[in-house]
Amino acid sequence: MGFFNEFPAMERTDLRDLKKGIDASFKDFSRSWGESIEAFFDPLFYFLVYFEKLLLSTPWPIIISIVAGLSYWGSRSWRLSAGAAISFLFIGYLGMWDNTMSTVALISVATFICIALGIPIGVAMSKSDRLQSTITPILDVMQTIPIFVYLLPVVMLLGIGKVPGLIAVCVYAMPPIVRLTNLGLRLVDKEILEAADAFGSNYRQRLFSVQLPLALPNIFAGVNQTIMMALAMVVIASMIGVKGLGVPVLQSIQNQYLALGMMNGLAIVALAIIFDRVSQKYGKRLQRHREGGSDV
Amino acid sequence: MSKYKIEIKNLYKIFGPNDKDMVELVANGTGKQELLDKHGHVLGLKNVNIGILANSVNVIMGLSGSGKSTLIRHINRLIEPTVGEIIVDGENVLGMNHEKIRDFRRFGASMVFQKFGLMPHRTVIENAMYGLNIQGIASVEAEKRAKHWLNRVGLSGFEDRFPAQLSGGMQQRVGLARALATDADILLMDEAFSALDPLIRADMQTILLDLQAELHKTIVFITHDLDEALRIGDDIAILRDGELIQKGTPQNIVLKPADDYVADFTKDVNRARVLTLNTLSHDTGSKEGLRLDGDLSIEQAMQQMVNSEYNLVTVMNDSTPIGQVSLSDMVGAISRPDATNSGSTTTYR
Repeated sequence: MGFFNEFPAMERTDLRDLKKGIDASFKDFSRSWGESIEAFFDPLFYFLVYFEKLLLSTPWPIIISIVAGLSYWGSRSWRLSAGAAISFLFIGYLGMWDNTMSTVALISVATFICIALGIPIGVAMSKSDRLQSTITPILDVMQTIPIFVYLLPVVMLLGIGKVPGLIAVCVYAMPPIVRLTNLGLRLVDKEILEAADAFGSNYRQRLFSVQLPLALPNIFAGVNQTIMMALAMVVIASMIGVKGLGVPVLQSIQNQYLALGMMNGLAIVALAIIFDRVSQKYGKRLQRHREGGSDV
Repeated sequence: MSKYKIEIKNLYKIFGPNDKDMVELVANGTGKQELLDKHGHVLGLKNVNIGILANSVNVIMGLSGSGKSTLIRHINRLIEPTVGEIIVDGENVLGMNHEKIRDFRRFGASMVFQKFGLMPHRTVIENAMYGLNIQGIASVEAEKRAKHWLNRVGLSGFEDRFPAQLSGGMQQRVGLARALATDADILLMDEAFSALDPLIRADMQTILLDLQAELHKTIVFITHDLDEALRIGDDIAILRDGELIQKGTPQNIVLKPADDYVADFTKDVNRARVLTLNTLSHDTGSKEGLRLDGDLSIEQAMQQMVNSEYNLVTVMNDSTPIGQVSLSDMVGAISRPDATNSGSTTTYR
């Protein structure tokens, strides 16, 4: 009866040895490869540092003008643009300017990386069903695995700092852009693709002049989601030494500083809303051909 | 050099995983339903042999499911055949590699689609330029040519609209301009006017005929509408269940339907508009009639006769009389075929 009452698990010693073995081999791996992997990510590090310094050293009125200008360029809405400027003024007035600049730098670089990697992966996935069925479970893992589980090996390999934080953010934030690029390309009207083929388009012409433009609404939804998810990771990233709005939030959790946590948390929300509204409006503006009927 | 611009020879298309193995079964008489039930394959085209005349409008017609849209897509190889040959200007399209087939599609044959196939994110002029962009023509030149063709189909002033802002008829004019702009000899039109309402459709037919009178393209026109086929076709081929049933001039189809299927199609046709004096003309008698050109339709001839005192027509070819047609010949010819069998004794040329 013992067989049914107790699960026939592995011997405790064997299990311990297995775990130890995996740990030891990963440690060996990180000892022998850690430095070269770090070197591989160096350009990313320098880019991030450079961008952060640039934001921090630029006088605040210029930053606010740029924020307002970009918001207007993206959304063509004075209200949104004014709202963004006022939010930033508030954030600065409440003493969160430097942290906000660090966070904006991190989010921008992370979003850039996610787009640069995610769109080509999505394009490849849309071309091959086999690739799609391989990559989809990987994306599922990236989105659902507890963050600390992959944070640990990343920290073991690269130590604590900006680059591991950036990698953690990207792992979590990349899946939506990959998924939605794939989806968007697969949803493009077959008849339009046939027309493109009938006029002798080659693969590149078909992709850039027909498929990507028509998949743009979905791709934009992906970019938007990626930005939101990257912002959601700001606090986690601060745990492994990334500067920014996450740091005071973390402090407030540890020390029960209610007001500090609230302010910085709301600053993150403000960033999220600005990024979201501007990118959505911009995406819509690219789709102006969908408004049928009236004059252009 | 044959008189045909495109020759389709022994073309079979069977949809399914073992299509090649099924060809022999089909060739030996396995029907469409049997092939589907017993072997799980769908018969698309069965041993189709068609010659497409150069510089004329070749209509391929049939009901939905007859394989006509499948057939037209073989010509520019949007669909790969199971077996067969498609010879265009002496070259087998099916032997072309990717590079060559792309060039053929860019320069040799352009296409117009039933649902227009316009690119919604491009403006009218950008759509009309599409084929030229693909050909690699500089944008200033491409824009000039696209503008010219938009003007020819009556869309001047709409260049900067988006397709969604145009009516169906206007959208298809953009489709036509896009196809004409590439300057290809062959124009493939897949039910191009079927999605349009009757008045607009007649309009588009007129535009096409006017353009054709000047351009002399080799047009392959797919339709399920016999009136349309008779109006624009120089030559009509009728498909049923993937098989070619009959091919001939519009008059031929109407006067001598190959079987009941075709007869059924043609019974409601306005025969007075399709048949010409040439078809009815028989040996000259001694009597002198109203002198009319042989290319006139019976409808037109009757109108002329009403305004004169004649009840006989002397059919003219240029200025020589080639035969005559009496009023009763005409009445006999425009009555339905089941009625003519027992009635008129006229023998048609």
